[in-house]
Amino acid sequence: MPISKTYLSEIMARAEKAKDKKAAMGPDIDLERYTKHIERGKIESLESLSHQAKEAAILTGISLEEENRAGSYMQVDQSVVYESLNKAYEGQLEIMNITSALEKYDWMEDYFWKSVPADQDKYTAQAALHMTHGYFIRIFPHQKPQYPVQSCLLVAENNVSQNVHNIIIVEEGAELQVITGCTLSNTDAEGIHLGISEFYVKKGGKLFFTMIHNWADNFHVRPRTRVVVEEDGSFVSNYVLLKPVKSIQSFPVAHLKGDRASAKFNTVVYGLKDSYIDLGSRIILEGKDTRGESVARTIAADESTIYSRGDLVAKTKDYCLAHLDCRGILFSSRAKIYAIPQLVSEGSVKAELSHEASIGPIAEEQVEYLMSRGISRDDAVSVITSGFLNLDIPYIPEFLDQSIKDVIKATAEDAL
Amino acid sequence: MLKVEDLWVSVGDRKVLKGVSFSMNYGEINMLFGPNGAGKTTFMMTLMGFPRYKIEQGRIYFKGEDVTSKDLYERARLGLGVSFQRPPTVRGVTLKKIVDIISGRSGRENIDADIDRLNLSGHLERGLNDGFSGGEMKRSELLQLMVQRPDLVLIDEPESGVDIENIALVGEAINSLLGKDKVKDPKRSAIIITHTGYILDFVNADKGYIIYDGNMLCRGNPRDILSEIKKYGYRRCAECR
Repeated sequence: MPISKTYLSEIMARAEKAKDKKAAMGPDIDLERYTKHIERGKIESLESLSHQAKEAAILTGISLEEENRAGSYMQVDQSVVYESLNKAYEGQLEIMNITSALEKYDWMEDYFWKSVPADQDKYTAQAALHMTHGYFIRIFPHQKPQYPVQSCLLVAENNVSQNVHNIIIVEEGAELQVITGCTLSNTDAEGIHLGISEFYVKKGGKLFFTMIHNWADNFHVRPRTRVVVEEDGSFVSNYVLLKPVKSIQSFPVAHLKGDRASAKFNTVVYGLKDSYIDLGSRIILEGKDTRGESVARTIAADESTIYSRGDLVAKTKDYCLAHLDCRGILFSSRAKIYAIPQLVSEGSVKAELSHEASIGPIAEEQVEYLMSRGISRDDAVSVITSGFLNLDIPYIPEFLDQSIKDVIKATAEDAL
Repeated sequence: MLKVEDLWVSVGDRKVLKGVSFSMNYGEINMLFGPNGAGKTTFMMTLMGFPRYKIEQGRIYFKGEDVTSKDLYERARLGLGVSFQRPPTVRGVTLKKIVDIISGRSGRENIDADIDRLNLSGHLERGLNDGFSGGEMKRSELLQLMVQRPDLVLIDEPESGVDIENIALVGEAINSLLGKDKVKDPKRSAIIITHTGYILDFVNADKGYIIYDGNMLCRGNPRDILSEIKKYGYRRCAECR
């Protein structure tokens, strides 16, 4: 049974009121510039994508052969072109586009626009009023598939506003890994990607979520993410951005509602060209004995500007523990990094919140130390930079490791 | 193997070495003594080629080649190696990573026995010197040098920050690095800075030198020099000048 029309009308009404509401952070984007709408047909397999689309998808961690994947979801511009579930995992999880999920399940009312407010700003409003699908992934109670689900949200056309709404539900005691690649197949494209993500991790569930963003010079991105974690649940987010972007602003929130819930955000950002990057995370510790950790490694090269934010907010009267580790390296005298850690304790007398934040160059002492072992200056810078960005992120494919090295090599000459 | 002619070196605004001349042959192990701030580490770091140590005058010849203006990594590739007194921490770059890179260049493989001997198997996946104790740092330095296999090893205070138990381990590792635990390798040489002389219990040094106020003064049997220093300190060096 579909979601109730009354509920949908309420959402629309709220969104309608917010459609001109500027966001609290990031440059304001004129959404009317991006009005092109393209309908595309389904494809038989990911191998049937265009050459450019395949290349772009691979670079965000997508396996075209779907090897070692529990399932796949692919969207090009506004159309869902591919959805599949590996037969071995039937009965363990379901994957479909969100439009179908809203048609199928009336209980979606408990999740759809329940954690992210539709009237947060003009971008959430646009995504509510003009939703162009998005994925729905639900893993059934106590299921733990060996391999991740992959999703790719690709923009191929110029002047498109891709307004996706994604929902992941990890039912009680289940564990799920998701790899999401968001990218462009035409690197000259102008446009915007609005991604609403609402993730729900139920009691004792675990969600490992890896997102790789590969955008380009003329593209804006405004994700809005909120994760609700129940007792004994755990959420791990790995986010990687190594390509230029016109502007991106995102501040995902993990709400640790249940006792002993935990969240960890790992963020790796390499700012190139004149990219405007405003990223961060907020962890709200509401349950007792909740744990949070937010680790960010940022490098700003060229004329890029990076805001690296992190908020830890303690609300429980009981013990909770959270740490913020935010470090940046400036590779260029024209680049900027703003590291903004914030610790908030709202009457949480037992909360232990801490942070360390630093911005600095690559230490010459470290470079010379490696050179004294016979390593050239460029190679020493490359090794140190790779090490700086290496957060031992689980489930990151080998190609990404190589991609990090390639980007670093290209910019190493300007490093010192 | 090494010849230093009239070396004048400044660090920042301070003139540290004031006309040091020195030479040594293949296979020699030389100990360097001297009070704090006399120029021992400056001498070593200048030999290695660290840019902070500015050569104002003089020349350095290594294996017959003038290396005075050669870059740090070029000297390392020619066969110079250094063990730091206090190496920097390089977070994110594991000991294993650096050992693999050095091994790729030197061709030295099968280092598991060395890792075990130095008791470093649990440190391979840790960031270089990140949270290492004094002894662990020295052992990590020596492991890297064992893989690098330099012809001339410069070791800055191998005993500092190392407990008694680990001094034996470090001393044996230095002997192994220099090939002294096997048939004597005539090519492997060393200059070792020491304050305490503990290392002389493990390493059979050929000569000892004192650096005092930027000059190389005495040369002689390292044990005799150490015994003099223990008896009189360095105050008689001023009279020798």
